[in-house]
Amino acid sequence: MRKIILHVALLVVAVALVLSACGPAPLPKATGYTFGMLLVGPYNDQGWSQAHYEAGQYVEQKLGAKMVYIDKVNPADRPGTTASQLAEQLVSQGAKLVIFNSDDMKDEALKFAQAHPDIYVIGSSDDWTWKDGKNYKESPNQTDIMGRMEYGKMIAGCAAALTTQTGQIGYLGPLINDETRRLASSVYLGAKYCWTNYLKKDAKDLKFKVTWIGFWFNIPGVTSDPTQVADDFYNSGYDVVVSGIDTTEASKEAAKFAGQGKKVWAIPYDYVGACEAAPDVCLGVPYFNWGPAYAQVIAAAANGTFKSEFQWNGPDWKDINNKDTSAVGFVKGKALSADASATLDKFIAELAGGLNLWKGPINLQDGSPYLKDGEVATDQQIWYLPQLLQGMEGQSVQP
Amino acid sequence: MVRSNRWVNLGFQLAALVLALLFTTLILLAAGAPPFDAYANILRGAFGSMINFTDVLAAWVPLLLTTAGLLITFAAGLWNIGVEGQIMLGAIFTTWVLRELQDTSMPPALIITLGILAGMIGGALWAMLAGALKTFGGVNEIFGGLGLNFVATALTLWLIFGPWKRPGVASMSGTVPFDDKLALPAFTGLRLSPWALGIAMIAIVIVYLLLQGTYFGLRLKAVGKNPKAAFLLGIPTWQYMMFSFVLCGLFAGAAGAMQVVAVYHRLIPSISSGYGYLGLMVAMLINYQALWAAPIAFFYAALNIGSIQLPIVLHLDSSLSGVLQGMLVLFVLLVEGARQRLMKKA
Repeated sequence: MRKIILHVALLVVAVALVLSACGPAPLPKATGYTFGMLLVGPYNDQGWSQAHYEAGQYVEQKLGAKMVYIDKVNPADRPGTTASQLAEQLVSQGAKLVIFNSDDMKDEALKFAQAHPDIYVIGSSDDWTWKDGKNYKESPNQTDIMGRMEYGKMIAGCAAALTTQTGQIGYLGPLINDETRRLASSVYLGAKYCWTNYLKKDAKDLKFKVTWIGFWFNIPGVTSDPTQVADDFYNSGYDVVVSGIDTTEASKEAAKFAGQGKKVWAIPYDYVGACEAAPDVCLGVPYFNWGPAYAQVIAAAANGTFKSEFQWNGPDWKDINNKDTSAVGFVKGKALSADASATLDKFIAELAGGLNLWKGPINLQDGSPYLKDGEVATDQQIWYLPQLLQGMEGQSVQP
Repeated sequence: MVRSNRWVNLGFQLAALVLALLFTTLILLAAGAPPFDAYANILRGAFGSMINFTDVLAAWVPLLLTTAGLLITFAAGLWNIGVEGQIMLGAIFTTWVLRELQDTSMPPALIITLGILAGMIGGALWAMLAGALKTFGGVNEIFGGLGLNFVATALTLWLIFGPWKRPGVASMSGTVPFDDKLALPAFTGLRLSPWALGIAMIAIVIVYLLLQGTYFGLRLKAVGKNPKAAFLLGIPTWQYMMFSFVLCGLFAGAAGAMQVVAVYHRLIPSISSGYGYLGLMVAMLINYQALWAAPIAFFYAALNIGSIQLPIVLHLDSSLSGVLQGMLVLFVLLVEGARQRLMKKA
């Protein structure tokens, strides 16, 4: 009898071990733990900020923690305020950890972390805590997090290449910096790969043009009008426009042209539900899923095991749309054909199998070699991409 | 007869305030939000702690400087919408001087002073452009100013992502923050600088004295009321208008300088914080009387800072404070119109 009990006990332990080994390790709860979130845009912007807001709700639900937030955290919407000042307001509401959700608040996040060593900070899309990055600063109570959107963008590029009938893809870019260059270039790499490998077409016949509007969204009189830029693309033979900006002009224009009987498509950005702006022309959307990373860091903070680190999280290749594990995903849109969809799955499977498009030979736009034949890009080479790539049209640096 | 009685006027103003509050309350009720909770939270957010109260004062400084400048152009009958751009150019010039001098052995106090002066000059130069367009180009200052605002925003973005780009990744967060020694000294543990506060109070006193107590102010108002008549009476009209632009630009530039040396400590994309447009509202609300600029600008700053509590505590959109601010102006103008009609009939 004793033996049986022992066996059963061993079995239970073994099963538990196996269970915890596969699948994500269950997170400790953080019941009653209050965390704060500063959102740069409206919490319901169908874009960048909403993706963060829903990640916060995910954390509430997963850990039993409580979120306090302020949205529209930028000096245009909140005159005379700084993000660190607003973070203090969240702390006065009980927040023990504050998420700064944008590059806009990069300096404020660091300043706040240093002024409040007893409060934890997450800087989304910052690179302060990246030891191998160019901006490393010691900030023991801070963790910076970014998703490897490069993969989402490659998949978007592939979907565009598989769909275009004119062989011309437009990229509606925001402002020019290392981040936006690496994302635009990732779209191109994905497009070129699928164009040449699956469609067996000549890379020279694929036109890829980037037009920067000058900001993340339209500012009348200051930026180029994204509606106009999208129009110009569609009017001059670019039948797929991939959006890199925070708003949905490209999708809306595509819907307008499609309504006039033109065959055009669009790919929005940022938020899992972004296709809803114009579902009938949407090929899909690469999106961020911040929930799992936030849950992990907040659980650690609540349980005293927080450590400062830099996370650049990729997709879960087993299922890139797994809400609990994948930091970056791609949902297909209604306008993606069945054929293209099947090929796209093949591409995703190849990526999952280790295909790396950031591998030489890769030349920069001006023809200078960036990666030698067979050389694989380091994270730094991708993060701090100095130019667009050869074969892409459009400005590499701000004039 | 109580015609034009000061108390009657005050009564009308209070009626406007009550109407604005009533209207905002209706909006809150329509949105299913508890109005009294909302107001209580705004009050708590603005005055609930020393930190919050001093934050209100910190936001009051640039708003008061801007309003002070606008009172001068309004006195000359000019709608200086370009004030927003003048704040930006002030900030740009200040940043420029700080960047150039930060690595020299000059004492920080001198660098900050030069930076503020440069900001004032920057604002004045930008205002002169709007003035020149108006005087020599026949471009209405509203359109000229609006256009120049766009150019100023574009210039700011260009500097942040171009020539003044930070090392590593050029960021929406702006240029590299300046060393702490280049910040206007603040009260310990607070964000409010007594220096900034002093500058703003001196500014409004200067403008008040200028407009109420000097021959220049009197003639400027004559230009504002009726430029033709003023001209016929021998006032050099366009020179007066031009000069009022320059003066306003100086104050707006100082506001921009404060944004750099007292608030953000670097150049950021929206460095002007919209204070130009807010200042226009304040100036309209006080019917262009300098005496009221300080309290009303303070009230607006308190609404801005206090309303931060709305999304945190009540999950309400904090643009509610903007609604209240706009409503106030609207109702004050409406009530003023009604008062004038009633008085005429009486």
